[in-house]
Amino acid sequence: MTDTDRSNGKAAFPRIGRVGLDGLLVSFGDRLSEAGNRAALAFRAAVERESPEGVEETSTSLVSTFLRIDALRTDPDAVAQQVQALLDSRDWYGADLPQGRRLWRIPTIYGTDLAPQLAEAAGEAGLSPEAAAREIAGTQLRVQTIGFAPGQPYLGELPEHWDIPRQQALTERVPVGALVLAIRQLVLFSVSTPTGWRHIGQTGFRLFRPEAAEPFVLRPGDEVIFDPVDREAHDRLRESGPDGGATCEPIR
Amino acid sequence: MTRALIVHQAGPGVTVQDLGRPGYLAYGLSRGGAADRLALCEGAALLGQAVDRAALEMAGMGGTFEATEDMRIALTGAPMRASIDGAALAWNASHPLPAGARLVIGPATAGVYGYLHVGGGIATPEILGARSAHLAAGIGAALAAGDTLPVGPDRGTDTGFVLDAEDRFTGGEVRVVAGYQTPMFPDDELARFEETRFTRDARGNRMGVRLAPDGRGFASRAGLTVLSEAIVPGDIQVTGDGAPFVLMAECQTTGGYPRIGAVLPCDLPRVAQAAPGTHLRLRFVPPEEALAAERRAAEARETLRRRVTRLVRDPRDIRDLLSYQLISGVIAGTEEE
Repeated sequence: MTDTDRSNGKAAFPRIGRVGLDGLLVSFGDRLSEAGNRAALAFRAAVERESPEGVEETSTSLVSTFLRIDALRTDPDAVAQQVQALLDSRDWYGADLPQGRRLWRIPTIYGTDLAPQLAEAAGEAGLSPEAAAREIAGTQLRVQTIGFAPGQPYLGELPEHWDIPRQQALTERVPVGALVLAIRQLVLFSVSTPTGWRHIGQTGFRLFRPEAAEPFVLRPGDEVIFDPVDREAHDRLRESGPDGGATCEPIR
Repeated sequence: MTRALIVHQAGPGVTVQDLGRPGYLAYGLSRGGAADRLALCEGAALLGQAVDRAALEMAGMGGTFEATEDMRIALTGAPMRASIDGAALAWNASHPLPAGARLVIGPATAGVYGYLHVGGGIATPEILGARSAHLAAGIGAALAAGDTLPVGPDRGTDTGFVLDAEDRFTGGEVRVVAGYQTPMFPDDELARFEETRFTRDARGNRMGVRLAPDGRGFASRAGLTVLSEAIVPGDIQVTGDGAPFVLMAECQTTGGYPRIGAVLPCDLPRVAQAAPGTHLRLRFVPPEEALAAERRAAEARETLRRRVTRLVRDPRDIRDLLSYQLISGVIAGTEEE
C-alpha cells in the first residue's frame, strides 16, 4: 500500500528530503495513515539496527523518520543512498507495530472548569458534551508519535466526526496533564504551553520525569484509555504521585 | 565553605547552559544548550578548559556574583558592562575573581546573550547528561538572588587573556540552506525573501526568534495544511502571518508550519545575538557552500585557543587600561567566519 502520485503514475512516497544542513527526512505520506505510521516506526528501528556511518540520532513523527547526520564527517548524500537501499529492501507499509507495547488506563476528568472546552469541541463534532466524553472514554487510542515537548504523545485516531480544525485563537496556557483535541487526534500535554487545540479533559499524569530512571513514560505504539473519573477522585489521584492513578499492562 | 559562585542578584534570563542534550529527539526533547554556542567555545579557550563545561548565560542583563574561593572567570558573547569591586573589566577576556569580591555584570551594550564562565565550570548536577536549563521542557530554572552554584575544580591558574571575537552582535547577512519544504514557496517569493530586509522582532527567546519583513509576508502553496514534522534549530518556519520564525536552541521537536529553509548552524549565533530592532538579511547558499562554511567555522572554533593573546597591562595603569579595553571594544569585527 504505497501512496501514489496519480499525475505521473510514479510512487511519491516513501521519499527522502533534506532538513537543514544535517538532517534527512524519510516521508511515508503527506497525511496521517495507520500504515504510514507503522512504516515510520519500523523504518526508524531498522536504521537504529543498521546504524549507518554518520547517523547521530533518529526520531519519528506521525508518518516520517528523521535522521540527524554528522555532516562534517559524512556526506549526507552518501547516507541518503544507504537509506534509499534500506527503503527499497522491503514494503515498510506492511510492517508490524513495535514490540513491548503496553495498554495504559489514565484517569481523566472530562469538562468542568478544569477542562473548559469539552462542550465547544463536542459542538464542533455534533455531539452533546456527555456523548462526546462517553465516546472518547470508550475509544482505545494509540500513541502515534512522541514529539513537540518531552514525552508528549499524539494519540489517534478518533472517528471521522472528530475531524475538527484547530481553533483560530491560541489558548494562552494549558496545564501539564491537559488532554486536548483537534483533527481526529488527542494530545496529552507534558508541559504547560500555549495551544490551538481544545482542552477537553484533565489528568494528573506526568509524561516527563527528568529525575526518574525512566524519564519518558509513554512510547509510540502504546495504547491508552482515558477512563472518566469525578472531581473528588481526580483530586485524590493527583496527590497520589506522578502517575495520577494511571495503570499499565503489557499488550499481548 | 565549598567552592561555589553565589548569586546576589540576577537578571530575568540568567541560566546555566552548556552544549545541551543531544539524543532525545525521539522523546520530544530538543537539544537545548547555549543560544550562542560559539561563546561557549570562546570561554573555554580563554580559560584553557574543555568546551563542555557549563557557564552562565545572561539574556540582556547580568547580575551580581561572589566567589567563595579565588577563581578564574571569562566573559564572552554579547558585551556587557562588567566590574569587580568597581574596577571595569574587559569583555572577551579572562580575569581573576578573588574570594569575596563583587562581580557586577550590567546590561548588554550590543547583542543579547552574554556568558560568564568560571574555571572548572559550573558543577550543578547533570540531568539527562547535561547541566543546561531547558525551561520549555521544565528542566532547571532561571537563577535568582540567593542561589549558590557549585563550581568544579580548576586545573588552570592563568588569567589576563583576551580574544579577538567574531562580531555577531549587529545583525547582517545570514546564510540559509533549502530543505524539502522550500519548493512549497514559489520562486518569485523565494527571490523576494532574499531581497527583503528583516528586523528582529521583540518576540523572541531561546525557543525562537520572529523576523519582521519590510513589506508583506510570505505565503506557501501548502498553506497551513502541512503535517507536523521533525524540526531542527535554525529551521525557518513561516507562520500564519507570513513572518519567518527562526527556531533556536530550545525549540520544540516537531512543527506544522511550512519551512522556507534553515539557517546554517555556524550563522545561528548571529540570529541569536540580534537584539530587537536589528536588521538581518537571509541568503540561500548551495549545500556544498554551506558545508564548506560550516567546516571553516568548526576549524576556527578548534583554533580559538591559539588566537588567545595576553592583555597587555602595566600595573600602574591597570584600571584605566581595562576600561580602555571595554570602551574601544575588543570585538574587532574583522573575522571571516
